[in-house]
Amino acid sequence: MDLIYSIYRVLSDKIYFSFIKENRFMYLVDGWVISIQVTVLAALLGIIIGLVVAIVKISGKSPFAQVADWYVSIIRGTPVVVQLTIIYYVILADVSLPRTIVATIAFGINSGAYVAEIIRAGILAVDKGQTEAGRSLGLSEAKTMRYIIIPQAIKNILPALGNEFIILLKETSVSGYIALDDLTKGATLIRSVTYESFTPLITVAYIYFIMTAMLSAGLSKFERRLRASD
Amino acid sequence: MIKVIDLHKYFGDLEVLKGINNEINKGEVVCIIGPSGSGKSTFLRCLNLLEVPTKGEILINGVSIIGSIKNPKKLNELRKNIGMVFQQFNLFPHMTAIENITLAPMKVLKMGKEQAESKALELLDKVGLTDKAYEYPSRLSGGQKQRVAIARTMAMNPDIMLFDEPTSSLDPEMVGEVLEVIKTLALEGMTMVIVTHEMGFAREVSDRILFMDEGIIYEEGKPSEIFNNPQRPRTREFLSKVL
Repeated sequence: MDLIYSIYRVLSDKIYFSFIKENRFMYLVDGWVISIQVTVLAALLGIIIGLVVAIVKISGKSPFAQVADWYVSIIRGTPVVVQLTIIYYVILADVSLPRTIVATIAFGINSGAYVAEIIRAGILAVDKGQTEAGRSLGLSEAKTMRYIIIPQAIKNILPALGNEFIILLKETSVSGYIALDDLTKGATLIRSVTYESFTPLITVAYIYFIMTAMLSAGLSKFERRLRASD
Repeated sequence: MIKVIDLHKYFGDLEVLKGINNEINKGEVVCIIGPSGSGKSTFLRCLNLLEVPTKGEILINGVSIIGSIKNPKKLNELRKNIGMVFQQFNLFPHMTAIENITLAPMKVLKMGKEQAESKALELLDKVGLTDKAYEYPSRLSGGQKQRVAIARTMAMNPDIMLFDEPTSSLDPEMVGEVLEVIKTLALEGMTMVIVTHEMGFAREVSDRILFMDEGIIYEEGKPSEIFNNPQRPRTREFLSKVL
């Protein structure tokens, strides 16, 4: 009994000290808002970039296709922290942009490469016979894409895209490298004033976990609905 | 109607068609038979340019079609008039039977929705599937799928229909219903080129048989000649195995 009581005392002290005193929980709230902002905007940017790159890559041998290939290889072959710091400290060093915007651009460019591959794979997974059937009926390449291939590809693409956004949400946790006060950085800020690591770090981990778990749950529900129409 | 002159096709280093010459007349039903790997399907797929010939000439109504490969408009125009039915049906799985049939008339011929649908229902009636109009392909049997695919092709009012082994992926009990539909079309005077392994059907329905072997038309003739009295050794050997 004594043991449980003392654990309770220690924990409630720590929680008071880390979060309640001087409204320190606001570091996490503010950080959470920034993490969500960056994730959502970067996801949108990633979809736009990914769509364009996927179309360029699929349509074949233009000089743009070579550039698209390089882009995907470079992004997938280097760590996201390195990309983020290069964009902030090298490419945009002389441009004064809010850090939220810089992070959005960096994560959007990063996500775009993965989204492009997801879209490309989703389109290529549609049976070749579908294209042949469309073309043999006299439908143009564009109409075959629009009415026959894309509607089927979407079923392959959407679940993988959901996964990509779960990954993106977690990856934004390195935003602290460019001194952006995101959720993870919120924990660091609390640690730096309290010298107490346990509660802020475990809490932040828990918040990420809840968010990704909710996304996953929504995603599998959505996937079940997609499959129901087969 | 279709004239093929010295047609060659390579896949990489492999020469699949080694100089095909033939002429198919309007209203004629031609069946292509022969061992697998003899180039039957490749030859058929060259006729609507799903495969691009490496060398040679194909004339349709006296006009060369080879040049249309690089001209998307001409290519679509050409394919509008040449229907194709596939071994794997290739129905669009995200559309109902009737949507499968009306898509091309609406998007290519710019037909109105009502007109396209009434025509589709007419065609479904013809292939005996009026009650399946609003079913998705996943709820149809193989034979029903292939009949919808034939109706889909007919909806474009093609001048020529190509069949690429239309019954090869069907369960035996469903072969008959599909062949019945193709037979009806033959009787109506449709120009057809059919790659098939159904020898009984080929004998019954066709005006002419092409026996292909190793990339050439090895022997051709009326069904009665080919099946009862083949002239050349490999034709005889093949027929003795399949009949």
